[in-house]
Amino acid sequence: MDFTFLIDKTILVAIIFAISLGIAAYSTYFERKFAGFFQDRIGPDRAGPFGILQPIADGVKLVMKEEIIPAGANPFLFIAGPSLSMLTACMTTAVLPWGSYLEIGGRKIPLQVADVNIGILYVFGVVSLGVYGLMIGGWASNNKFSLLGAIRAASQNISYEIAMGLSIIALVMMSGTLSIGTIVEQQQNSYWYVVLQPLGFLIFLICSFAETNRTPFDLPECEAELVGGYHTEYSSMKLGFYLFAEYTNMFVSSAVMSALYFGGYSVPFISALHLDQNLVAIIGTLAFFGKILFFIFFFMWVRWTIPRFRYDQLMKLGWQILIPLSIINIVLTGIFILVFDK
Amino acid sequence: MKEFFYFLSFLAVLTSLMVVVAKNPVHSVLYLIMTFFAIAGHYILLNAQFLAVVHIIVYAGAIMVLFLFVIMFLNLNAETEPQKPLILKVAAGVAAGLLFLTLVAAFKGAENQVAVTGGDSQIGLIKNLGKVLFNDFLLPFEITSLLFLSAMIGAVMLAKKDTPEGPKSKDLKKEMLLEKEII
Amino acid sequence: METNLPVDYLPILIQFFVAAGFVVTTMVLTHLVGPKRDSKNKLESFECGIESVGNARNPFSIKYFLTAILFVLFDVEVIFMYPWAVNFRELGIFGFVEMLIFMTFLLVGFFYVIKRKALDWE
Repeated sequence: MDFTFLIDKTILVAIIFAISLGIAAYSTYFERKFAGFFQDRIGPDRAGPFGILQPIADGVKLVMKEEIIPAGANPFLFIAGPSLSMLTACMTTAVLPWGSYLEIGGRKIPLQVADVNIGILYVFGVVSLGVYGLMIGGWASNNKFSLLGAIRAASQNISYEIAMGLSIIALVMMSGTLSIGTIVEQQQNSYWYVVLQPLGFLIFLICSFAETNRTPFDLPECEAELVGGYHTEYSSMKLGFYLFAEYTNMFVSSAVMSALYFGGYSVPFISALHLDQNLVAIIGTLAFFGKILFFIFFFMWVRWTIPRFRYDQLMKLGWQILIPLSIINIVLTGIFILVFDK
Repeated sequence: MKEFFYFLSFLAVLTSLMVVVAKNPVHSVLYLIMTFFAIAGHYILLNAQFLAVVHIIVYAGAIMVLFLFVIMFLNLNAETEPQKPLILKVAAGVAAGLLFLTLVAAFKGAENQVAVTGGDSQIGLIKNLGKVLFNDFLLPFEITSLLFLSAMIGAVMLAKKDTPEGPKSKDLKKEMLLEKEII
Repeated sequence: METNLPVDYLPILIQFFVAAGFVVTTMVLTHLVGPKRDSKNKLESFECGIESVGNARNPFSIKYFLTAILFVLFDVEVIFMYPWAVNFRELGIFGFVEMLIFMTFLLVGFFYVIKRKALDWE
């Protein structure tokens, strides 16, 4: 284990961490801008030109706010809840490939923090841990609305995790590997997996909406019944962490979707141009972020277009429609590979 | 590598002690999750990557969620918490001590085995594991599905003991429909 | 075949420390910076202005619990499919039939669950 390896990785981690938090912060601004646009309003425009400093103002406000821990709450768990949410939201970016590699001073520096052999399962594992933040926070508040919101959130997340796992299996059958880096490389010289796995992608898309608790699946925090859901009692930066974690998760799931199904950093026909490797890597990274931003926009677009499900409809969709559908998808993929692609 | 091993072992033992010592059951669950992470770390040191991540997904991500549900299900008010009598505590201590003694004796008799694989064995990777599982251990694999089936049926039987669509529920539905019409 | 070593996971550890550092720093900062003006009413749990009765340590619907149990079972089954999916091309038609048998048992259980309306929320 050499020292430069550690330095490289630490720098890369810091950059990716800063970028993902920055994008998450600015998606709050764009969410409100888009909401304004869809509803024929202006949206935030007070802080700086076009309201561009709004996320910074929000962040400073949340940090400066009074910290309230209700008398009936369990203080340690009350703080642990949002911290866990934020921590799990920040962990997924480690296994995503942000670009191919740079050549600096004769050294190859891959633009991926950790190309682990089981990348997809790592993502899956981090997603499955995301439940704890909501559940513990909601329970520790000692408030009935929070408890109901937390239980709803947990049930919803675990229900859609199964369909999500099953939809990825069809993809893994085609790729033959769980390493996300390799999956992106495969798509560079072939079709994007969305062409080969349209049904799988659709299921994955729906599940990621449910996993991030975004509309139309935002039942854990539906104002009409549950006040604020699991974060009813939260204030100051602890509330900020819950909201921030939601936007970070949105960024992360957009990134996972574009890496698995839309070729990640690969740009079609770029190898025909015979460009310098560093230039190709930078163009690829920019393309990847373009794809991610598109998906974030899509998340917002859906939020301001589609109304929310009822809880029984949500559970029915997760268990009785998506799971059988993804099993059918696996069988179809199996037949397809065995017949056409021996 | 060795430092990591000692650190993880220390963490595993410490957190599992905390599981027992912690007063609040939700704290216990959190400590148990940490224990699972320490064990997953051990798997990674042995290069059993698939096992490590499965350990986290299944134990930390699924079974502990179930535990948390159960704990939240219980009535955890301080007044209703039953105080166990002293004799029960003593008995529990003696039983656990005996178990500990047996374990120590058993391990003492075992040969001082050197780790079978170093950290660079490739046998624990998912590809190699799958080949072994789906060729050599075919029958046990298929039997697990039967086990799942029985577990599923058992869970539903226990949770839905009394659900024949009796007249009562039908009446309820009618009432709800009526209410909707009124609204 | 390329080798995969435990060292691959070291960067994840770095990422964990960076993330944990960020979370802890922000939490401590907001604790130090924010004002503190507690009052009894402010610290009561929020129930839309109505005085709260009892606390939130109440049992809830068994449906959620059943969902969690079924989730554990299905989760393990999904995990079993990953090593199969990775080796799908090598195992060929034999492996496919193997998994079809496995999935048939799974579906029998699944249909039983649906028939007993264990997953209906009405």
